[in-house]
Amino acid sequence: MTTTPILPKLVGQRVKRREDPRLIQGRATYVDDVTLPGMQHLFFKRSDIAHGRIRRIDASAAQAMEGVEAVFTGAEIAELLGPMPIGTPYSSPAHRAVAVDVVRYVGDPVAVVVARDRYVARDAADAIVVDYEPLPAVVDPELAMKGQPTVIHPEFPNNLAVALVPSGTGVDAAGKVDDSAIDKAFAAAEVVISQRMVNQRLAPCAIEPRGVVAHYELGKGSMTIWSSTQNPHILRTFIAALNGLGQDQVRAIAPEVGGGFGSKINIYAEDYVASAISKRLGVPVKWIEDRSEAFVATTHGRDILGYVDLAAKRDGTVLGLKLRLIADVGAYNMLLTAAIPTLTLLMANATYRIPAVRATLTEVFTNKTPTDAYRGAGRPEATYFVERAMDMLAQELKMDPADVRRRNFIQPHEFPFTTQTGAVYDSGDYEKALNTALEAAGWDRLKAERDAARAQGRLVGLGLSMYVEVCGLGPSSSLPTGGWEHGQVTIERDGRISATTGASPHGQGNETTFAQMLADQFGVPIEHVTIHHGDTAVVKQGVGTFGSRSQAVGGTALHMAGGKVKTKMARFAAALLEAHEADLVFENGRIAVKGAPASAKSFAEVAAFAYVPVPLPEGLEPGLSEEAFFEPANNTYPFGCHISMIEIDRDTGEPTLLKLVAVDDAGNLINPLIVEGQIHGGLAQGIGQALVEEVVYGEDGQLLTGSFMDYALPRATDFPRFELHGCVTPTPVNPLGAKGVGEAGTLGSTPCVVAAAVDALSGFGVRHIDLMLRPEKLWRIIHGGQA
Amino acid sequence: MAQVSIAVNGKVRRADVEPRLLLVHFLREQLRLTGTHVGCDTSQCGACTVLIDGRSAKSCTLFAVQADGSEITTIEGLARDGELHPLQQGFWEEHGLQCGYCTPGMIMAAVTLLNDTPKPTEQQIREGIAGNFCRCTGYQHIVNAIQHAAGKR
Repeated sequence: MTTTPILPKLVGQRVKRREDPRLIQGRATYVDDVTLPGMQHLFFKRSDIAHGRIRRIDASAAQAMEGVEAVFTGAEIAELLGPMPIGTPYSSPAHRAVAVDVVRYVGDPVAVVVARDRYVARDAADAIVVDYEPLPAVVDPELAMKGQPTVIHPEFPNNLAVALVPSGTGVDAAGKVDDSAIDKAFAAAEVVISQRMVNQRLAPCAIEPRGVVAHYELGKGSMTIWSSTQNPHILRTFIAALNGLGQDQVRAIAPEVGGGFGSKINIYAEDYVASAISKRLGVPVKWIEDRSEAFVATTHGRDILGYVDLAAKRDGTVLGLKLRLIADVGAYNMLLTAAIPTLTLLMANATYRIPAVRATLTEVFTNKTPTDAYRGAGRPEATYFVERAMDMLAQELKMDPADVRRRNFIQPHEFPFTTQTGAVYDSGDYEKALNTALEAAGWDRLKAERDAARAQGRLVGLGLSMYVEVCGLGPSSSLPTGGWEHGQVTIERDGRISATTGASPHGQGNETTFAQMLADQFGVPIEHVTIHHGDTAVVKQGVGTFGSRSQAVGGTALHMAGGKVKTKMARFAAALLEAHEADLVFENGRIAVKGAPASAKSFAEVAAFAYVPVPLPEGLEPGLSEEAFFEPANNTYPFGCHISMIEIDRDTGEPTLLKLVAVDDAGNLINPLIVEGQIHGGLAQGIGQALVEEVVYGEDGQLLTGSFMDYALPRATDFPRFELHGCVTPTPVNPLGAKGVGEAGTLGSTPCVVAAAVDALSGFGVRHIDLMLRPEKLWRIIHGGQA
Repeated sequence: MAQVSIAVNGKVRRADVEPRLLLVHFLREQLRLTGTHVGCDTSQCGACTVLIDGRSAKSCTLFAVQADGSEITTIEGLARDGELHPLQQGFWEEHGLQCGYCTPGMIMAAVTLLNDTPKPTEQQIREGIAGNFCRCTGYQHIVNAIQHAAGKR
């Protein structure tokens, strides 16, 4: 007998990514790399005022320009496209892809040029003259709620996009509110912490801006659309619906996608317009976003104001939490806009046993770019509000921030734990995460270092934050798209494995992690496995990559499909080997009889037999291809603890992050190398929120941070080396025990950095500093001005 | 139209270009070298970084006509005889990329960094790539990748 090489198990290993060779050699195809014969280029003329009525649009000069194919105004696009749909159950103002009569934010499209190249298209857009009647700009959400200075959508009085959603103790399914428990908690309080907190507006800033190529083939009556999207199947659904086509007549392709961070979930005006113009003109069209355009045209994230009240006993026991949230959602509801802040409500219970919680949410329209998902999407905001309040409680009681948290944790034996806000936490061991982080960071030693530095007059501080997030979204009851994911596994005739996944990645490395799983499942070399994604003509069904769901939901779907094929393949192998299928093992590229290794067939031999089954084993159909939809019974709830140390320059107010320790429990890990990368990226965005990033609007609704000159994206010099430590509590929600890790880094990092800054400046009587930690703000605290 | 003659990845290219055509668009659209990316419009992000006469430069900050007579290396020209450049190898080994969009520019910036400073400290690496944005990695694995290429890991 020939010896077969032993294949190592790959799940849990730091396998190098299979995506990388094309990416490091400039051989990948992003949407701007797609070129079709006869392709025309789009450029959008956008509003340069925040709010106004369009009196007149003069596109005659643009239309007369050499190379210009057409110019469409809002009214002309409205003949091709109905209002853009949203994906949440809330009522929404009619939102035209191109504004028809009123512009409602800087960047609102008013016309679109079709021209032979992007330079000509841009020249022509510059030649379009739009005459506006300016209207007052609504910028401050708390004034907007009073209808001041004006109302943006007449059918939404006082600019209330979502009037009031109550949640927590004493709120029944119909939304009826009984305040007795929360009132009792606050009446019994020995100490109450109250603070207004800002979780500021951010720009997602995927380094690849958005883009779309649409090609309607008149002869076939079908559409192909390439878009930089996180979810091609959802794109297909909406593009088909708005263009009057069936889903079978639209092929959506997410080519290589250069980052998303939630901002490429939404289906945008430019996607709809490109598809409609291609259909109208019968030519392929391309639109590629400029960066400055991205700052106004791609959805923003966060922007939630929280009024937090925390009731406690003097020993640190929390009795009750009130959280009043006001979300500034910008000018319109996009796909998930209205749903994102509801995740802040859901997660208001944090990692603590809180006897009474009252959380309420109001969503408000303003004349700004709409918000939607941005990495973390509602959970970092919840974490921030609660963790800052816990810190303030610790400060008030002169307790260590770790001790006040420890006193209130939900205990390991209490899982599954139903929170006051209705989440069912699947699993957790919060004290273990805290202890791991404290030990890894050397908390007591750091405190001594901090005190020694302070003795020298340096402003050094320590911060700590726990978090729990909701991931692996989710049951279909929680997602209007359906909360499942689809996978298909095919053993090809030559014994190689083709798999498709609806979890369309944009940097997450699914081609590697999913191949690791399947290679192990079938005992074949990873080189024999190909993962296909991102093309609805190849991938039958899918939901997409967001909410830290690809591994927990998409990975499980593939695992299930693999299991089905394996069962069938075992029956073919059993027939060939004249053995019982229960006695077969799949390993080292062979299917062998357990305990009789000489009795074996190669994987390829069994595959070939399955496609030419002579004789066909009874009860089997030929072929080896199976699919699975995995619908999780619940979300997953990963958790962790982040610790930071910061120094603030006394003379300039500039903060320097000295240390960041992160303990993240994402359950079982398929590829720890990729997981580390995900955590690093999340940490960078969370720290960016704390230290440098903020979308700022002027009182007139002008965007003041409209390019990378003004919006600070963190650079390599802004970070120390992150120190990561593991903690593994597998989830019972899926057979992989994996929870999701894409967003985790953003949750604990922001509050722990702010906590460290507050600690550093505690000598100046500071209890809280609003995001972000602008040096000017810190300098004023140090030098006696207003914070 | 203006005539330019630019050696790109070892091959001389002659073309008529609009005087206002950005070098990055010349590379991407006329030569179809789409490995060089565009991530911003203010020369902040560095996704378009290439080597011009051996030095890294942001190809969105100059016109094609300004590169007339120069020698340019793009990411497509970095590997030699089928062998990955040590930086390409480093980025692969150390998971120095996720979505990959900033990667070509990041690698080209690092080429100059390592030419100038063959054995950089971590701080020198961070400063050397401070002209290039990455939104995915938090930069740590990129630092590791450059250290790998410098023979330190």
